Amino acid sequence: MTYQFDFGWLIDSLPVLLKGIRITVQLILIGAVFGVALGIACAWVRALGPKWLKPVVATYVELIRNTPFLIQLFFIFFGLPSLGIRMSELTAANLAMIVNLGAYSCEIIRAGIQATPRGQFEAGASLAMTPFQTFWHVVLVPALQRIWPALSSQIVIVMLGSAVVSQIAAEDLTFAANFIQSRNFRAFETYFVSTLIYLALAILLRQLLAGLGWMLFPRKASR
Amino acid sequence: MTEFSFWDILRNLLLAARWTVVLSLVSFTGGGIVGAALLFLRIGGRRGMQFLSRGYIQLFQGTPLLMQLFLAFFGLGLFGIDVPAWLAACVALILWTAAFLAEIWRGCVESIAKGQWEASASLGMGYLQQMRYVILPQALKVAVPPTVGFSVQVVKGTALTSIIGFVELSKAGSIVTNATFQPFTVYGLVALIYFALCWPLSKSSQLLERKLNVAHRNH
Amino acid sequence: MSLIAITEVKKRFGDNEVLKGISIDIAPGEVVAIIGKSGSGKSTLLRCINGLETIDEGSIVVAGAQFLPDEVHLKALRLKVGMIFQQFNLFPHLTAGGNVMLSQMVVKKTPKKDAEAVARKMLDRVGLAHKFDALPDELSGGQQQRVAIARALAMQPIALLCDEITSALDPELVAEVLAVVKELAAEGMTLVMVTHEMRFARDVCSRVVFMHQGRVHEIGAPEEVFSNPRTPELRQFLGVQ
Ligand SMILES: Nc1ncnc2c1ncn2[C@@H]1O[C@H](COP(=O)(O)OP(=O)(O)OP(=O)(O)O)[C@@H](O)[C@H]1O
Ligand SMILES: [Mg+2]
Repeated sequence: MTYQFDFGWLIDSLPVLLKGIRITVQLILIGAVFGVALGIACAWVRALGPKWLKPVVATYVELIRNTPFLIQLFFIFFGLPSLGIRMSELTAANLAMIVNLGAYSCEIIRAGIQATPRGQFEAGASLAMTPFQTFWHVVLVPALQRIWPALSSQIVIVMLGSAVVSQIAAEDLTFAANFIQSRNFRAFETYFVSTLIYLALAILLRQLLAGLGWMLFPRKASR
Repeated sequence: MTEFSFWDILRNLLLAARWTVVLSLVSFTGGGIVGAALLFLRIGGRRGMQFLSRGYIQLFQGTPLLMQLFLAFFGLGLFGIDVPAWLAACVALILWTAAFLAEIWRGCVESIAKGQWEASASLGMGYLQQMRYVILPQALKVAVPPTVGFSVQVVKGTALTSIIGFVELSKAGSIVTNATFQPFTVYGLVALIYFALCWPLSKSSQLLERKLNVAHRNH
Repeated sequence: MSLIAITEVKKRFGDNEVLKGISIDIAPGEVVAIIGKSGSGKSTLLRCINGLETIDEGSIVVAGAQFLPDEVHLKALRLKVGMIFQQFNLFPHLTAGGNVMLSQMVVKKTPKKDAEAVARKMLDRVGLAHKFDALPDELSGGQQQRVAIARALAMQPIALLCDEITSALDPELVAEVLAVVKELAAEGMTLVMVTHEMRFARDVCSRVVFMHQGRVHEIGAPEEVFSNPRTPELRQFLGVQ
């Protein structure tokens, strides 16, 4: 192989890369917060919610989990405007991530809730709490604690999956890499560097989530 | 411009979906073989090998599949070959699938009680014999549901190969959209076809899982 | 000459020295009981003899062959000494017969037909000829443990190591397993067993080893050890004053 590797472009491209990193980080932070919130809401519906809403949520979860994120993104960005719903690239990217993570975290949290001993619901009821109060105070926190590692992995997966939002021209890290390699004609090196950045982001995010779990659930799991 | 009827759209998409299926099968089979090799190194190989395979798994699980596709596409190109998109797609998807399957299977092997290793060792079996006759037959049963479950991720993962120019279902969706200006219908249909491919796999994974749990509880 | 020569064996787990220089010589045909408090290192010693743990110092020689932690020596060692575990550890995916046949076929390369004949003979020896096709799940604990004994015997070991083989059994099932062991002893098999069955140790064993804090604290014939314990630790362990 006679190819000469060249990383000289890196310095000039740094601002573009940094902007891309910023957008990717912003996307996953917003996506994670609202995605998990949506997941909790859906898990509540499936556990205790109104009867008519359950099949709706179940369909949503199955649809999202069995179609590629890329297509969900295209549907939101290219398809919804036909219905008069228009949004910016970034909004569409964020919405797609929230909708996607919402479905996965719903399933994960639901598994955590199902592992809750029945007695917990009954104990809550016997203390005259409403089902919603029992859910919120007695069931949810231990359930989240139980599934925190799985939820964290899923958030990292969504972050890595967000690389495709460059396809609707949302200016994330991959978009930056595409832009840079179209100027420097060093496609391999450019993608190599951005892959390493993604790896670093994934490791950081994992640490961050572990720390967050440690803060949210200070006491050791009771089971 | 020629008019596209609904049926024209659907026919075009279904024809392209064949390539999604083929690519999924190739990735899953190839990934299974590479993944099995990784698994053996990961749990029984020399220290250095264990370290390498662990690094491999973390690398592929910690970076976007899209980047892996780009690197395969442009990386193979460095060797002076004109890389067709399907080749880069197969290579990247196989390597990616292997990392995940190896990790899933490691969990299954580790779920086998330590006593099984000890009993077979005390009977004089070597590592490969223990794996072949004692551990894998038990681990395999546990591994079926999560493996089938992961095949869904593989099918969905093939969608990304459209970005490096492989014409499968997603790419066909973009092409047809550009020709028809009906993104809502086209991407809706694309999503439904993916759903039709993935949902049976998801469901059977769940059913298998439940069956396994019931079988375990009866013991 | 001794069949199993254990000389100054030391074993550490991190900072925790579990065996602090153990020396025991076991002659062919001897039946040795190892007794002692929980955590005194009894299991660790047996596992070292079978090569399931590596030793840090000292040597273990079985029938003239030194124990070295490489695949060839380990296999040679394990062909000479079989091991029976507290939790049976039968292979759940194989029938009783399959359990007894497997290692003959894959380790000794015995043809299937011969392996099956041996398996039938060994299962008959432990009184389970009629359970050849039963899966471990379909057997009682006592029956499973007897299959485990048959499985070890099928390898024709010159010694058997038994680690609390009746501890996981319901009381009414203990006798059937001990009866099998007693018969083996009578046939001249060399046995090293960790046990809490003091009556059995007294009646069947030729020597009793009392381990305490990783050392051989007392050793001797059962009459001597049980009726005339010399150290306060053994006296306390036996509950006599
Ligand atoms: N794999 C291991 N790693 C670390 N420590 C161990 C390990 N195996 C045993 N130990 C320690 O070695 C000591 C002796 O254990 P061992 O199992 O030999 O005791 P034992 O005499 O068989 O007790 P018991 O009657 O409870 O079976 C214990 O303190 C135990 O904690
Ligand atoms: Mg023990």
